[in-house]
Amino acid sequence: MQSGAWPEWQQNIKYGLIAIAALFALDIIFDWNFITWAWYISLLVVFYIIYRIEDFVRLRSLMYAFLPLILLEVLQEATHLGNWKWLNDLENGLENAKAFAIIWLVAMIVIITRQNKALKKVELKTLHEEHLKQIAETKKAELEVLVAERTAELTKQKEELQQIVVELKATQAQLIQSEKMASLGELTAGIAHEIQNPLNFVNNFSEVNAELIGEMEQEIEKGNYEEVKAIAQDIKDNEAKINHHGKRADAIVKGMLQHSRLGSGMKEPTDINALADEYLRLAYHGLRAKDKSFNANMKTDFDVHIGNVNVVPQDIGRVILNLITNAFYAVNEKKSHHPENYDPTIFVSTKKLNDWLEIKVADNGPGIPKKVMDKIFQPFFTTKPTGEGTGLGLSMSYDIVTKGHGGQLLVKTKEGEFAEFIIKLPV
Amino acid sequence: MHAMKILVVDDERDIQTLFEQRFRREIRENLVNFVFAFSGEEALNYLNGHEHEAVLILSDINMPGMSGLELLAHIKQKYMKPPPVVMMITAYGDAENFNTAKQLGADDFLTKPVDFSLLKEKLKIII
Repeated sequence: MQSGAWPEWQQNIKYGLIAIAALFALDIIFDWNFITWAWYISLLVVFYIIYRIEDFVRLRSLMYAFLPLILLEVLQEATHLGNWKWLNDLENGLENAKAFAIIWLVAMIVIITRQNKALKKVELKTLHEEHLKQIAETKKAELEVLVAERTAELTKQKEELQQIVVELKATQAQLIQSEKMASLGELTAGIAHEIQNPLNFVNNFSEVNAELIGEMEQEIEKGNYEEVKAIAQDIKDNEAKINHHGKRADAIVKGMLQHSRLGSGMKEPTDINALADEYLRLAYHGLRAKDKSFNANMKTDFDVHIGNVNVVPQDIGRVILNLITNAFYAVNEKKSHHPENYDPTIFVSTKKLNDWLEIKVADNGPGIPKKVMDKIFQPFFTTKPTGEGTGLGLSMSYDIVTKGHGGQLLVKTKEGEFAEFIIKLPV
Repeated sequence: MHAMKILVVDDERDIQTLFEQRFRREIRENLVNFVFAFSGEEALNYLNGHEHEAVLILSDINMPGMSGLELLAHIKQKYMKPPPVVMMITAYGDAENFNTAKQLGADDFLTKPVDFSLLKEKLKIII
């Protein structure tokens, strides 16, 4: 019996023990019959209590071990109550039975001891398991704290990355705009030249017309009407030329404004030949203005049957300009390295093929080396010295043709001989 | 009096109408005779076929293909003996082109837009 078990019984057990001890002592000292009986009865009461009260369930097996011996003792004592022969025989029989009861008792105690040991083992095991479980739970709690910390860290990092993405998008937009402005810068001189020429014609022809009107007045006075008619026709023709060159300057200024415009424009029916021709001239004069020694042959072959094609004119213009500028740059490079017997030539052509429109920009420059072929459409890839190229021209061109217009941008080249870019647009 | 033959070289085709009208009276009076070429190559072709005919060449500098400066070099150094008078016209009235043209032997310069009364003055001196 462990101390501390059954706390509500503690007191009763104490009194019970004292009472049983007292009875036992009295029985030894006085050997009174009724004390022996009281002793037996009290033992049976204890057994009864053990049997009935759930709290003592673990003691029952011990009780069963002692029960036969006690019962036999009681019965034997009862045989002393009378003095018949059969009672004496019974007493002898009981004496023999007591031997079995003792064997039973010993066997039971051995079994109970073993059972207790096994139970203890199970208890120890359970205890150990509980201990392990506790450790696991502590670890789990620690891990949960860690996880929470990491989650917070990751969330913070994610927010930072999102912020960076927003910043990168803004930078990208800025870069695209600066690429546009850079190409506009390249164009400025070309534009100045291209506007200056039509303006000169406008001024010159209007001056000529003023002179012609003076002459016409003289001829009217002379009555020379044949000459008057001829002069009138010239004035008419000159007016048409003034108008033509005025419109030319107007178109260039509009093109320049479109070129620098932000955001995606709308698709509109566009004269691709005129667009290609305009940007060819602008690129040429732009480069001439930067580098006086620069020159190249320009050959064009425009298919007059292509008509107007639905494109975003400033975007396709930007692609054509970029390809032409690259072509001029390429032939200029080759000329600076191999000046003898080299005739730098740029070739721009358009062609309609069933459902496709092809715009070709070719040059007889150094071509594109194999090792950079798969990089040329990547953003920021450039073969130009630092500061000269943004590396965005071809990648922007690629996006405009493929994403913007559902077309293709193809390239053919042979090192040392030529490079040819083909814009294929669905019609 | 024999009309002075002037070769005008410019890639802008309307330059022909402009000159013909500006020099309307002079042409009618048979003082000058204009021939036009629209590229350096075309000008050289003409000169090769009509040697010593043109006495004055008015050339633009800024042209696709053979530039005015290359044409000038050809005329002054390789072909013409004695070379004709060459006047360079350029939209870029800058020192670089001016000096290059001068080194190559250009006789005079005009800047765009061409001042026709100034050109007429210069022509009078040559005639």
